Amino acid sequence: MLGMSANSVSYNDQGSVESGVDAAQENSSIPGSISSSSGAAFSLFSADYKKNEDLKEMLESSKESLKLEAMKRIVGLIAKGKNASELFPAVVKNVASKNIELKKLVYVYLVRYAEEQQDLALLSISTFQRALKDPNQLIRASALRVLSSIRVPIIVPIMMLAIKEAATDLSPYVRKTAAHAIQKLYSLDPDQKEHLIEVIEKLLKDKSTLVAGSVVMAFEEVCPDRIDLIHKNYRKLCNLLVDVEEWGQVVIIHMLTRYARTQFVSPWKEDAVFDENSEKAFYDSEEERKVEQSNLYIMDPDHRLLLRNTKPLLQSRNTAVVMAVSQLYWHLAPKHELNIITKSLVRLLRSHREVQYVVLQNIATMSIQRKGMFEPFMKSFYVRSTDATHIKTLKLEILTNLANEANISTILREFQTYVKSQDKAFAAATIQAIGRCATNISEVTDTCLNGLVLLLSNRDETVVAESVVVIKKLLQTQPSQHSDIIKHMAKLFDNITVPMARASILWLMGEYCEHVPKIAPDVLRKMAKTFTNEEDIVKLQIVNLAAKLYLTNSKQTKLLTQYILNLGKYDQNYDIRDRTRFIRQLIVPNEKSGALSKYARRILMAPKPAPVLQSAFKDRDRFQLGTLSHTLNTQASGYLELSDWPAVAPDQSVRNVEVVEPVKEAGAPALRKSKPAKSHEKFYSDSEEEEEEEEEKEGSSSEDSSNSSSEESASESESEENSGDSNRSSSSQSEKSSSESDSEKKKKTLKNKKLQQQKPDSKDRKQKNGNAVKVESRSESESGSESSSSESSSESGSELDSDSDSGTDQKKNTKPKPVQSKAVIKQVEKKEVSLLDLDDFSPAPVTTPKSSILSPNLLSDLQGLLISPTTSALQASFPVFVPETSHELLHRMTGKGLSGQYRFTRQPCIYGNSMVSLQLTLSNSSDQALENIHISEKSSTGQNIHRFNAIERLEPQASVTVSMGIDFNDSTQAANFQLCTKEDEFSVSIQPAVGELLLPITMSEADFTKEQGKLVGMNESSATITMTPENLSSQSVNRKVVSVANIGVIPSSQENIYRFAGKTVSSGSLVLVSVALKDPDAVITINTEKTVMSSMLLRQFKTALTNSSP
Amino acid sequence: MIHSLFLINTAGDLFLEKHWKSVISRSVCDYFFEAREKAVEPDNVPPVIPTPHHYLITIYREKIFFVSVIQTEVPPLFVIEFLHRVAETFQDYFGECSETTIKDNVVIVYELLEEMLDNGFPLATESNILKELIRPPTILRSMVNTITGSSNVGETLPTGQLSSIPWRRAGVKYTNNEAYFDVVEEIDAILDKSGTTVFAEIQGVIDACVKLSGMPDLTLSFMNPRLLDDVSFHPCVRYKRWESERVISFIPPDGNFQLMSYHISAQNLVAIPIYVKQNISFFETGSSGRLDITVGPKQTMGKTVECLVVTIHMPKVVLSANLNATQGTYNYDPVTKILLWDIGKLNPQKLPNLKGSLSLQSGAPKPEENPSLNIDLKIQQLAISGLKVNRLDMYGEKYKPFKGVKYVTKAGKFQVRT
Repeated sequence: MLGMSANSVSYNDQGSVESGVDAAQENSSIPGSISSSSGAAFSLFSADYKKNEDLKEMLESSKESLKLEAMKRIVGLIAKGKNASELFPAVVKNVASKNIELKKLVYVYLVRYAEEQQDLALLSISTFQRALKDPNQLIRASALRVLSSIRVPIIVPIMMLAIKEAATDLSPYVRKTAAHAIQKLYSLDPDQKEHLIEVIEKLLKDKSTLVAGSVVMAFEEVCPDRIDLIHKNYRKLCNLLVDVEEWGQVVIIHMLTRYARTQFVSPWKEDAVFDENSEKAFYDSEEERKVEQSNLYIMDPDHRLLLRNTKPLLQSRNTAVVMAVSQLYWHLAPKHELNIITKSLVRLLRSHREVQYVVLQNIATMSIQRKGMFEPFMKSFYVRSTDATHIKTLKLEILTNLANEANISTILREFQTYVKSQDKAFAAATIQAIGRCATNISEVTDTCLNGLVLLLSNRDETVVAESVVVIKKLLQTQPSQHSDIIKHMAKLFDNITVPMARASILWLMGEYCEHVPKIAPDVLRKMAKTFTNEEDIVKLQIVNLAAKLYLTNSKQTKLLTQYILNLGKYDQNYDIRDRTRFIRQLIVPNEKSGALSKYARRILMAPKPAPVLQSAFKDRDRFQLGTLSHTLNTQASGYLELSDWPAVAPDQSVRNVEVVEPVKEAGAPALRKSKPAKSHEKFYSDSEEEEEEEEEKEGSSSEDSSNSSSEESASESESEENSGDSNRSSSSQSEKSSSESDSEKKKKTLKNKKLQQQKPDSKDRKQKNGNAVKVESRSESESGSESSSSESSSESGSELDSDSDSGTDQKKNTKPKPVQSKAVIKQVEKKEVSLLDLDDFSPAPVTTPKSSILSPNLLSDLQGLLISPTTSALQASFPVFVPETSHELLHRMTGKGLSGQYRFTRQPCIYGNSMVSLQLTLSNSSDQALENIHISEKSSTGQNIHRFNAIERLEPQASVTVSMGIDFNDSTQAANFQLCTKEDEFSVSIQPAVGELLLPITMSEADFTKEQGKLVGMNESSATITMTPENLSSQSVNRKVVSVANIGVIPSSQENIYRFAGKTVSSGSLVLVSVALKDPDAVITINTEKTVMSSMLLRQFKTALTNSSP
Repeated sequence: MIHSLFLINTAGDLFLEKHWKSVISRSVCDYFFEAREKAVEPDNVPPVIPTPHHYLITIYREKIFFVSVIQTEVPPLFVIEFLHRVAETFQDYFGECSETTIKDNVVIVYELLEEMLDNGFPLATESNILKELIRPPTILRSMVNTITGSSNVGETLPTGQLSSIPWRRAGVKYTNNEAYFDVVEEIDAILDKSGTTVFAEIQGVIDACVKLSGMPDLTLSFMNPRLLDDVSFHPCVRYKRWESERVISFIPPDGNFQLMSYHISAQNLVAIPIYVKQNISFFETGSSGRLDITVGPKQTMGKTVECLVVTIHMPKVVLSANLNATQGTYNYDPVTKILLWDIGKLNPQKLPNLKGSLSLQSGAPKPEENPSLNIDLKIQQLAISGLKVNRLDMYGEKYKPFKGVKYVTKAGKFQVRT
């Protein structure tokens, strides 16, 4: 209590020096030490009454510290499970407290008791509603958390409103909380499902890694069957996965497993036979069959994407993640790729006992079907004497599953050690395991049987009993050779007391009485003496034995049988009485028995099939691995069945996310950032800002990068305006709130201005509609924008001025399908659609191979939309320097005459905003013309590639230059693709230098420093280098820097500081570089959110600037 | 997902409960108590217990049962992993995770649990984030709080929560910048009667204590990275760099953390540092037995073996032991039947030996099996696998940090069968 007592104010009216919590405890324990007992002990009323009185007083005092102390004591009571509900009125008053700790404790209390005191709880609602608008995101989030945790049905509409609002909050943390709130509201009122699905749909589009896990969780809980919501987000989720927090990863992986099973065709269709009788087929050479089949099956690239992106997670420290990936591979990967999960699973065995338990269970299931996976790791499953019993049993199970002809001797040797274990339950399990090995592997059956017979003389009863049971099962398979074993067992019979074992021996005697004709009657004689003292199960077998002997050897046993049947007739157990009566009628012929007794012999002595000794995990694979249901081997509530592979793959194109749109891409390079394609603004002018923002994000970076940090902040700054917009009443407040976010003010003011243009219109409508309707209409238009965003981007050129209202929006909403197909068509057409002459924008010394015309009025339209004369915003500029060096793509030797070279043009890519543009020079050095040179449609890596139009014919010794665009997602990961000619395919890859992933921008020096100020801390990296003398001139520094990276030079007022600015191509994150010369040293500083990028850049700058060659 | 959590001590007292959704009566724990009784040993309690309406997922740690109540399908490892994370957080905050510390800090515990889960789904489990939300108790801070009335609860959203590197907070400052790495290897082995290795592998971890200002970007490289067969990393490690260059590149969390763990299973690589000669026998008559154990160095790479302890779980019939140790002390606990021989440093010149007689319960049959020996040992300055850190480079910050690497080899689950 040390920590507490120091915290406490010296309050004690009992005169005790104990801390507050202690005092409370004492109070309750005075009348009869109830609190020490473990049950739900409520103290006697008097004590409660007294204690609560003083707590109430404390809560009502004016001193914060006293209130806090009281709340701490109350929380102490809640933790112990004591009732503190009558303090509700006093506590609720403090819900608006300024003290954040007090407030949090009140929240804890509220959530605990609101359900019981619904009316009083309502008093607190307004406080939360206010807090939902607080500028501090933590407070907004916690208000939403508590509000949604109060399970009072009356506030459902308020919750719904709050969730909808929070789902568009600028802070991803608040949005995450909203995702959690969805589940809470759903459990409170399932009728809200439809509305909640809308919110889920919206949040699924969120790019923040923080939100992804939580919203998928909500999806799984609310509408797991709405797989259609996932299509568009599938690739994004796959790509984000690595960066999502670990708990989210587990949930997403499980969901994607289910998704993939509905969307892709089976990669192991050819193994169908294999699955059914794994044991045998396993030894067939699987490889061969694979080869045959592989030409038939081509994996969907999306399927591959999932497998590839989950693989690194096998290295996670979180065991749940590793297990999730393993089960994903188990259920989705081609069988020959399964082996990569083995090591990771074995690694988990070093973890905590509970983890071992679950992992071993899953391995047990896997090892039945796929021995080969775990065989090399057999020794990892050796049992230690210190393992817990259930762990030992599981390891044993796995070892048994792994046993085959090759390793059986090792395993049996190991088992011998286990049989002697002091843990008798485990020893018994080992005997069972030996039995299973014996039946499964015929070579060792005899060895095992002899070993088991030896065990019959063991001193321990359970061991003997278990051996008997197992021997019985084994003998059934080949009884004739083993009559001596049966005799041996008969001899041991007197010493065996375990009922199950006695019953087994008796059964054996009866079944094979013909093999032991002398001994069996004698055994029966002994049993007749002890019949009354036997257990029921033994009695039944005695009756059985008697009946069988009567049939085979009635001369010797007739009297004995009758005696036993008489004993059975008056037994206490009705089962035995029933059986006795039945047997009597069956075997003793009399007038009543009729025809049946003729068949008695055939009935009783029928040859019985030998029992199949099989693993308890045989059927477990009907459950998805890693689930609770699998662990329990029964279907847990809420278990979602894993569907079978579809016979025919559903339409793949549903997952396509439209990326490029011809008009925008033409205008965008220059206009972007300052005015990111405002062309569709009017298209949605009726709706509120957010959709456009949303949509912009969709358009500009829909092939999102796995490195999402920049997007996070981008979306943050954008949604900042949303809230500014929606809370227009308190706009001044939200204005202030910008200080806490790292949004860029520049952009904001700019956008606010734009906003004002459309405000009147939307304001009008809002005034007309009530508050609730406002939300309603918004959500409608939201979904509208989602489904038609692709369309809008492709059509924006022609519909620039269309002033549609929510009505038309909804109409579009209802027919998303045609819209999509339209967009696809547009994409195809795009090649013909005129491309903007780049020279208009960039008088840089680059000649683009193809140029075309943008209709002039469109251009002017776009420019007209450009508002701000205060162009302080980031404006894309032209490359300062374009390196002439080109890199080899394909050597003519490997390319069978076709050779290719590429270079980075450093121009804004005309095919898409997030693409890096490349110039490809293809030449034919062979002596024949090459036909139909193109890039294959399937890209093996995740990048989005804009392919050049197929070159129909390339004459010998001719060369052609084409341009293409690749979205590298701001990573230096190479883009791999297939360069195809009519005859051949060549795998080629393009590895971008980090500096090529940037685009230069211009800004004023003041802006530069301002932006730099925002990107400090972890976003800043710097290094000190010693410059070579010839690099000291400003010219050479500039040249060096821009040759390394495609960034723009910022005019600098200080002599020795050089500044450069650029942005990443895919996500548009700022990259600010400054070089400060301090003779002879120089400090390079890079400020960017892309920390990976900055460290790579830094390294390259360092080498460039220290290198003396020009 | 996780509905409620109950903490129960070994005596069966339920001393803390927390609900994240509507309240579930603690009577649900009766099913747990039932299973607990059946299991006899606390270790044997099944981790997953189904009840008619709920499922109980339990972990047992530091003499406390963490019993969580689940209502619907959820990956059990998800819950188990989370519960362990809770226990680790308590350990981190209060120095140890025990019933007393939890009871003493019940308010902080409650605040922590509140932050860690929302509606049963993990919200913040990263210790750096939690520490910004709820400051760990220190004597100084609680004094200050009492006087000034300030609180332990942070008012703003932790910076880590929003960044792409949630494990590190911004604005870390130290006067002494230091980064220490401990390479700790544990040998898991089973040796059979004759001393041959049945099974051996090395489990290694690299624990780090990094106290560096700002936002350092560290790169740790090994002399022989190929040794590492199977690795798992803290989320901060860039997996791609490991894949391509076999270096560990990361922006470290602040403070103590486990950077990576690895696994070396190739048997020929695993050196067994000691050998054990043992002879334990029980006589058929006279209800007694003999014990004779000698330990000697085998492959120690020239280093001294320290903290050598031999533990034997004797069969139940052994009543007492009358032994003589040439080095160290031995102790036989007749209740738990554990014989513990604490040898200390292993002297290669004079091998320690434990010899003497055991007396058995008269009349009882002699034990079937000889007990196996569990060995504990420690070798300083040595990673038994031969793993060596080559260098640690820091980018992104200007100062020169103090760096250090320590190697320790320990016995993990090291068992000698007899």
